[in-house]
Amino acid sequence: MNREAMLNAAVLLALVAVPGWALWAGEPFTITLATRAVIFALAAVGLNIALGLGGMVSLGHAVYFGVGGYAMGILAWHAQSYTPLVEALAIPGTKSMPVIWLVAVISSALAALVIGVLALRTSGVYFIMITLAFGQMVYFFAISWPAYGGEDGLSIYVRNGFPGLNTLVPVQFYGLCLMVLLAVLALNWRLARSPFGLALNAARQVPQRVETVGLDPTRVKLVALVISGAVTGLAGALFADLNRFVSTTMLSWQMSGEIMVFVIIGGVGRLFGPVVGAGLYVILEHFLGDLSDYWQVFLGLILLAVVLFGRGGLVGIVAGRARTHG
Amino acid sequence: MSLLQLHSVAASYGASQALFGVDLEVAEGEAVAFMGRNGMGKTTTVKAICRMLPASGTLVFDGHDLTRLPAHRAARLGIGLVPEGRRCFRDLTVTENLTAAARPGPWEMVRVTELFPRLAERRGQQAASLSGGEQQMLAIGRALMTNPRLLILDEATEGLAPLVRQEIWSAIGRLKAETGMALLVIDKSLREMRAACDRGVVLARGRSVWTGGMDELSAEISERHLGV
Repeated sequence: MNREAMLNAAVLLALVAVPGWALWAGEPFTITLATRAVIFALAAVGLNIALGLGGMVSLGHAVYFGVGGYAMGILAWHAQSYTPLVEALAIPGTKSMPVIWLVAVISSALAALVIGVLALRTSGVYFIMITLAFGQMVYFFAISWPAYGGEDGLSIYVRNGFPGLNTLVPVQFYGLCLMVLLAVLALNWRLARSPFGLALNAARQVPQRVETVGLDPTRVKLVALVISGAVTGLAGALFADLNRFVSTTMLSWQMSGEIMVFVIIGGVGRLFGPVVGAGLYVILEHFLGDLSDYWQVFLGLILLAVVLFGRGGLVGIVAGRARTHG
Repeated sequence: MSLLQLHSVAASYGASQALFGVDLEVAEGEAVAFMGRNGMGKTTTVKAICRMLPASGTLVFDGHDLTRLPAHRAARLGIGLVPEGRRCFRDLTVTENLTAAARPGPWEMVRVTELFPRLAERRGQQAASLSGGEQQMLAIGRALMTNPRLLILDEATEGLAPLVRQEIWSAIGRLKAETGMALLVIDKSLREMRAACDRGVVLARGRSVWTGGMDELSAEISERHLGV
C-alpha cells in the first residue's frame, strides 16, 4: 500500500469514526459540521473531475451547486405549500430525496451541457472568464426571480425524506451523505481509469494529438464537464437539505471560488484531495471562526503555502508526487 | 484505386505558404517513401492529410474529401499518425497510452506488445520515463491501436541508437509483410526506405518533383533533391 492509499484509508476511517466520536465526546454538533464537510467534498469531487482530470479551470461551479440547491428548494417548497409545480399539468412538488436528487442531477447536468457547449469554444483565461460570466448571469437571474424568494431565498420547514431513514436524525443524514460521497469517489476512481478518463487525461495534455487518434477533445471535455456539473449539483441538493434553506449565496462566485479552494488545498487531480481540502476548510471555519471574523486570512495563508510549496496540495505534501488521476 | 490521393495541395502557416502543389497517391497495402530535404514540406503535407493544418486542393481518403473533415474524423476514417517527435501522452503509462487510443479492430494490446515486446515489459511505466526508442515504439503502438488503414510514420527513427532503429525498421517491415496496411514513410535513411518501400515521392520547395518505384530513383535525383 503506497502512502497515498494509506492517507486515503485514514481519511475514510476518520469520516466513518466522526459520529461515534461526536456522540462519545458529547459534541453532537460535530456531526453536522462533518456533514457540511462531506457535502462540500462532494461538490469539490465534482469540480475535480473537470479540473483535475480535464484541466478545465471552471470558475462557475456555483451554478451547478446552486441549480441542485434550487431543484431541492423548488420541489420541496411546492410540496410543503401544496401548490403544483406545473399548474397546467398538475405536477406536484416532492419531499422525496431520491426524486429530488434525480431532478438536481439532470438539471445541473443540463446547465453544464449548455455552458460547456459555449465555454469549450475557448480555453485558458477565456474559459475561466466565460464560466464566471455564466455564473454571474444565473446568480442575478435568481436574485430577480421573486417566485422563489429572490434575494431572500427559500426556507424548507422539514428536511426531505429518504426511504428507510429518518433524515432529521443528524447521524442518519450524515451516513446518507457519506454513502453518496463514497459512491461518487468510487465512480471518480473508475472513471479516471476507464478509456474515457484516459482520453480526457490525454486531451488535457496534448489536445491535438488526441485528435490524431480519432478522439474529439472538445466532446470528451464536454462529457466530463456534464458529469462534473451533475455531481456538484447533487452536492447542492444535499447542502440545501442540510440547511433546509436555499439562497442565491449558493450561486455566488465566492461559492465557485470556495469549491476551487477545496480542490487546490487538498490536491488537484488527487482522488481524496477534495475531501481533505473541504475537511480542512470546515475545521478552520469552525475553530478559527470562533477566534476571529477574519479567519479566512489564515485560509489564504495556507492556500498560498500550498500553491508555493506543495503543488500536489496537502495530499501531495503527505503522499508525494503521484499520478495525475489519483 | 488509391486509398489516399493528394492533387495540387497547397497550405500555409499564416501568411507564409509552405506547400505549392503536392501530388501524392498511396494505394491499399502499398508502402510509399515520402522524401525531401529538411524544410521542403513533408511534415506540413502530413499535417494537411491529418487535418491539423487547413489545405486547399484535392485531399481524398477512401473516397472521402478530407478538406471537409475535422482531424478526429479523418483519423476515424483510418489514418494513423506516428508524429515527428513521438509526442506520447507523457503522464499516462504505456498501457494507458494504448488504451486511450484503442478502436475496434485486429490491432489490440496483445498484438502491439507482440510487435514490440519491450512495451510489455514497461506496461506500468509512465511514458515520460521511457527511453527515446521505447517512446517511439509506444507512438507506433498507439497509432496501431486506432486500427488504421494507412499508417503515416513521420521521422520514426530520428535520433535513435542504431540497434533501436533496426528494431523499428524491422517492425515496419513486418507491418508491410504481414498486414494489408498502407504505409507512408518519412525518414532520413534512404537505404532503409529503399528496402521497405515500393514507391517514392520526392518533395522540393513544397512541390512534388519526382515519383516512381524505389528502384528507379536515380543517383542524380538523390543528389539534387535529397543531398545523398
